[in-house]
Amino acid sequence: MRKLRVATVWFSGCSGCHMSFLDLDERLLEFAERAELVFSPIVDVKEFPEDVDVVLIEGAVGNTAHLRELLEIRTKAKILVAFGDCAVTGNVPSLRNPLPREEVLATVYGTVDPPGLEEGEVPKFLPQALPLHAVVPVDYFLPGCPPSAERIWKFLRPVLLGQRPELSGADIKLG
Amino acid sequence: MITLTIDGVRVQAEEGETVLEVAKKAGVRIPTLCYLEGLSPRGACRLCLVEVRNWGGRLVPSCATPVQEGMDVVANSPRLKELRRTILEMLFAERNHICAFCVSNGHCELQDLAMELGMDHVRLPYRWPLLPLDLSHAKYGLDHNRCVLCGRCVEACSEVEGAMTLGFSGRGVFTLVEADLGDPWGKSPTCTGCGKCVQGCPTGALFEKGKATSEQVKRPQILAEVTERRPRA
Repeated sequence: MRKLRVATVWFSGCSGCHMSFLDLDERLLEFAERAELVFSPIVDVKEFPEDVDVVLIEGAVGNTAHLRELLEIRTKAKILVAFGDCAVTGNVPSLRNPLPREEVLATVYGTVDPPGLEEGEVPKFLPQALPLHAVVPVDYFLPGCPPSAERIWKFLRPVLLGQRPELSGADIKLG
Repeated sequence: MITLTIDGVRVQAEEGETVLEVAKKAGVRIPTLCYLEGLSPRGACRLCLVEVRNWGGRLVPSCATPVQEGMDVVANSPRLKELRRTILEMLFAERNHICAFCVSNGHCELQDLAMELGMDHVRLPYRWPLLPLDLSHAKYGLDHNRCVLCGRCVEACSEVEGAMTLGFSGRGVFTLVEADLGDPWGKSPTCTGCGKCVQGCPTGALFEKGKATSEQVKRPQILAEVTERRPRA
């Protein structure tokens, strides 16, 4: 049986969702039997590969690099999952959204135009941190801050078995 | 007695009872947010909308609609489910409801409704308005970011406490709950500090200072407990 090609991505978030993913503990063995982790912050692959079956994206779209990567990932992944509250709602990164971007930069860096931050290698700060579905179509939403390992498994296991995951009630609790 | 039908089941009701009260007695769950036992129904949030089949499918707020003879009420249907979810999404999109960051996380009626109505994300664009916080009161805080304008605090203040400190200012999405004429709440000469508004608040908009998230459990039922003990005219 061909293994499912799974990727995980970390945008504007705290990595708590990835920590929760690692909390799958012994279930990771079953995951490894059925899936291959082809791209992830915990895998040393630099380029997002082609033909990904499922991608879990943690974090809001906070800067121009996230924006570019998300658009690219959407063309390369069949099932795109908003993984955790930041990806689903904007959550904590979106706390800055009511404030003008310049005010946030000036408060944090002491200048509206910090050297290096707005040009060259360092991606630009977007005016607002966006949930994924504000940018691209999202196939599944897995809320939680972070979603517990149990919730992640409830979602992931049917996906690994080629079934449709159905989360409801307490399993879609925000926060 | 009045006879009506709710979700195909014939039920009997007293004159003057609302559709919501009768549905509750018949064991039919209708989601509510601004409705609170002990306060006058306002029909502000629209989450309790039901369809009256023999009124041409008209939608009415069940909390504020008195029963009528022969009414054929639909309390739960795919159409109502979709409408209620959209109404809920409007509430989430209107202000900055960030559950992970909120003192009422885990004890919030808005958050509970999202689970009940299957809201795993908000399809409408968020407004992200810039809203103030009033922390001038010695015991309580008011965070407009988390307010759904249900009016429960305003009614608790006027109908139960009789202080009439809290009221609304502005219109539409710009409406704000304010003390007196917009002065800082802590400076209010009318506020008795009773906290009925805080207990009645369904979200983290009104909260007790110095209480952690796990302790911020409210008792909205105290408003009904207080009013039930009062002698009736």
